[in-house]
Amino acid sequence: MAVFLAALSLCIAAALSAAALPRQWRVPVSAFLGSLGCLLAFGVAMSILITGDVVTFHSAQVLPLTGLSLTLDPLGAWFVLASSFVGVAACVYNVGYAKGAMASRTALTLFMVFVLTLLAVPAASSVMSLMFCWELMALSSLLLILTDQSRHPDARSAALWYGAMTQAGAAAILLGLLVMTSNAGGQNFADLSAHAAALSPVMRSFAFALILLGFSSKAGAVPLHVWLPKAHPEAPSPVSALMSSSMVAMGVYGIIRVGDDLLHGGTVWWWIAVALLGVVSAFYGALHATTSTDLKRLLAYSTIDIVGLVLIGVGAAGALNDSGQHAVAHLAMTAALLLVVAHAAFKGALFLAAGAVERASGTRDLDLLGGLIHSMPLTALVVVISAGAIMAVPTLSGFSSEWLLLQGLLHGFDVSSTPTVIVMLLGVIALALTGGLTAVAFVKAFGIGFLGQARSTGALGAREVPTSMVLAMGWLVIPSVVIGVVPGLLVPLLNRAAASALDTAVSSPLARGTDLVVARFGGAIEPAALVVGLVAVMLLAWVLNRGLAQRRARRVDAWACGRDLQTPRMQYTATSFAEPLQRVFADVLRPQTDVEVTHVAESRYYEQSLMYENRVVDVLEARGYRPLIAAALRVGRGARRIQNGSIHRYLAFGFVALLVILVVVG
Amino acid sequence: MMATTASVSVSVYEGAATLIQLVLVALGGPLLVGLMAKVKARAEGRVGAPIVQPLRDLRKLLTKERLHARHASVVLPLAPMVILASSVMAVAISPLVSTHPLLGSSADILVIVYLLLTGSAAAALAGLDAGTAFGGMGSSRAMTIGALAEPALLVAVIALSIQSGTSNLPGIMVSTLAHPDWVLGPSRLLALGALLIVVIAETGRIPVDNPSTHLELTMVHEAMILEYAGPELALVSLGEAMRLGLLFSLLANLFVPWGIATHPTAASIVLGTAFLALKAVLVALGVALIEVRSAKLRLFRLPELLAGGFVLSVLAVVTGLVTR
Repeated sequence: MAVFLAALSLCIAAALSAAALPRQWRVPVSAFLGSLGCLLAFGVAMSILITGDVVTFHSAQVLPLTGLSLTLDPLGAWFVLASSFVGVAACVYNVGYAKGAMASRTALTLFMVFVLTLLAVPAASSVMSLMFCWELMALSSLLLILTDQSRHPDARSAALWYGAMTQAGAAAILLGLLVMTSNAGGQNFADLSAHAAALSPVMRSFAFALILLGFSSKAGAVPLHVWLPKAHPEAPSPVSALMSSSMVAMGVYGIIRVGDDLLHGGTVWWWIAVALLGVVSAFYGALHATTSTDLKRLLAYSTIDIVGLVLIGVGAAGALNDSGQHAVAHLAMTAALLLVVAHAAFKGALFLAAGAVERASGTRDLDLLGGLIHSMPLTALVVVISAGAIMAVPTLSGFSSEWLLLQGLLHGFDVSSTPTVIVMLLGVIALALTGGLTAVAFVKAFGIGFLGQARSTGALGAREVPTSMVLAMGWLVIPSVVIGVVPGLLVPLLNRAAASALDTAVSSPLARGTDLVVARFGGAIEPAALVVGLVAVMLLAWVLNRGLAQRRARRVDAWACGRDLQTPRMQYTATSFAEPLQRVFADVLRPQTDVEVTHVAESRYYEQSLMYENRVVDVLEARGYRPLIAAALRVGRGARRIQNGSIHRYLAFGFVALLVILVVVG
Repeated sequence: MMATTASVSVSVYEGAATLIQLVLVALGGPLLVGLMAKVKARAEGRVGAPIVQPLRDLRKLLTKERLHARHASVVLPLAPMVILASSVMAVAISPLVSTHPLLGSSADILVIVYLLLTGSAAAALAGLDAGTAFGGMGSSRAMTIGALAEPALLVAVIALSIQSGTSNLPGIMVSTLAHPDWVLGPSRLLALGALLIVVIAETGRIPVDNPSTHLELTMVHEAMILEYAGPELALVSLGEAMRLGLLFSLLANLFVPWGIATHPTAASIVLGTAFLALKAVLVALGVALIEVRSAKLRLFRLPELLAGGFVLSVLAVVTGLVTR
């Protein structure tokens, strides 16, 4: 534990140095201390996952009344692994990125606090400790969204949405935990876990429902996702990366910790609800990612998609565990956990790359980008590999985890309860559909943003970003390749984390080695052999293409139907690329399209100008949240009528309220 | 010692089977394309080009000059390599000639689907690389079709895997061989319908795409690869032809696996090769007949067909679960 505390202290030191040092020192020093702290935390998490030890710490001095309790078990360590790895990259990235508002005392200090809380939340082991770290995480990230308001006018409304949703979520979590605490002797997780069985089934389900509400809104599950595609894009990029990769994972962590660990699994219906949330999120997120034209918004929606897949895994694991299928449950949980870490790395890399693009070209609107591969080859390479991982290209990390998930779902069909089988089926369908949609979204993101010709002067003038930013992005590419090529190396660690999550001592169906092998189901993937084969064929193709004759390619004009009239404006844009799919899914997306034609004065047969506008708004926001907000405002305006500022009236209200209380209590 | 010798000879047979199916699909894929063109030509009352024409085209293209569009990046020459590599590896691990190819234990349906998706994504990126209107149009349309077709492929094979209890393709075929009565089950027939639609969409045949068109507004695949010439076009065409050969063979083997080599003997591998060739030719003839008898659908009518395929595949899974 001492080492983990040292890691946390280093992050605190980083925050203090950011607050105290002069401008030219504060960025590199805080980045150095912060990344060192994250590296240390990474080491601790690794050692806990290898040895299976559980370390604890309690200090009565830190928090008033209850003190701060930290416990790091393999499940918590797995999530520390994810956030510390991304934390290193975010800190290093900040060296090159932090300028202007982001280099201010406040922003840098808050940034380091945010990193600190991401390491501390999975270790918190009492209600008070968890809520303290959780709220610190929410508040620091909320303020960080507002860092650069002058240049991001939408940040204010995004922060409002985020603030409202996160506080409502925190209230739900607190209430749920209080329901559990009321029965247990103390507020430590150990007490809660020991007394959970004594809680009546109704209260247990009530507590889980509240906790699911709170944590799934942080994870960005549909329909509680509305804040996510607003808040994640508006934050500075290292913050977006942490929010989308690590903070979202904290929501998943909370569901697993409370549902599986503290409440011991509960009933099948809880997990069916979790998996259904996952199915809806995966589909909705993937669909919106294909039509988004803002690069960071696209990434945010794709986060919702991946979180959906993770929740499908978590839900399947819980439901199967409750049905007695422990081995398959273990497999599904393994898949969900692996996807969390894989996602943390590739989504972190993609958000950092989006920040690099924004820094270099001044925009993140795909419709204004293009041709960046020529000016930013290293960033382009990072995006290709990370996008490949998210598209589940075999031999990259997304594929390994999605394959595991499919194995879990397929063998979940053997369970006897019909509702569970239906959920498994929906999970398989969601996995299949999102696979295709994600491919469209990321072919669009890379193909429109980095290939072709620049669509604006900003994109034309882009230059590669500083080395520290490139290094940070490169660091986050490592897991995508490692988990993809030799996923078996992580199996022992994964087994520990999954066993600690599911609270069962079942032996893992996954064999040890470098490949993923589920011997009892006759399923296996051998990505390392696949890589060798792919590289061999590509070399052969290279020889066929040019090696033998040493031919150099001649540059010619692209085909333009025989006319010499090709301009960058004629290229397909992100909007036009996604238009066919938008049409196919018009019933879900409800796009708003306006065409305005202005005719020349002389004849209606000739057009002077034509304006086409296409908007895809979040249907759930427009039809679900807006009416709710409007209703709340109406109620508020109505309530204002009884307040006229007269002190007598308020005294009367107080008197009446007191009477009512006395009558009720008496 | 005995055991070692036996396992060495087994892996020799596995290697031989893999090599045979690679060569067979690499040569047979273009031949199937030629055969289908021939059948179509004959049905339309023309003589048509010889069946080996696609192979001749490949040879010719490989000797020509390399041309790159002015604004293209390194993606343009890299994409053909990725397309070819993904097709070749998908063929190498699939159970076509034998149920035990060299990497047969990882012949998972998810691997095949995502390898094909990787090839499609590489082609779509290449279409966007030159920064022309045509390339973008082709990429956008091809990705839309792929996004709807590939889920159907995955779910349809999952319908088969429910009966067999594994998503490993050789496993599915071996258990089908042991249970001939499965073949005409309702779940299988629904999955067959879904797979047929997927195979037509993925190989770009009528009614989804017209491989022989160069009419701007109807092009899908041809628009995407418009900027390719010479050896790079040859690699792309070979990759696409191998994908066609693979999908036809898989379609045949998944539903009628008889004839595939299940034992490591020379005789059964020879038999497996002959049966594979026969089955692939029969599927090609069938698809060619569909092409002759139907008109190309409008682009925005396509989703109905592909969604139909997807619904069929989901129904196949549901039926499989109910009749289990």
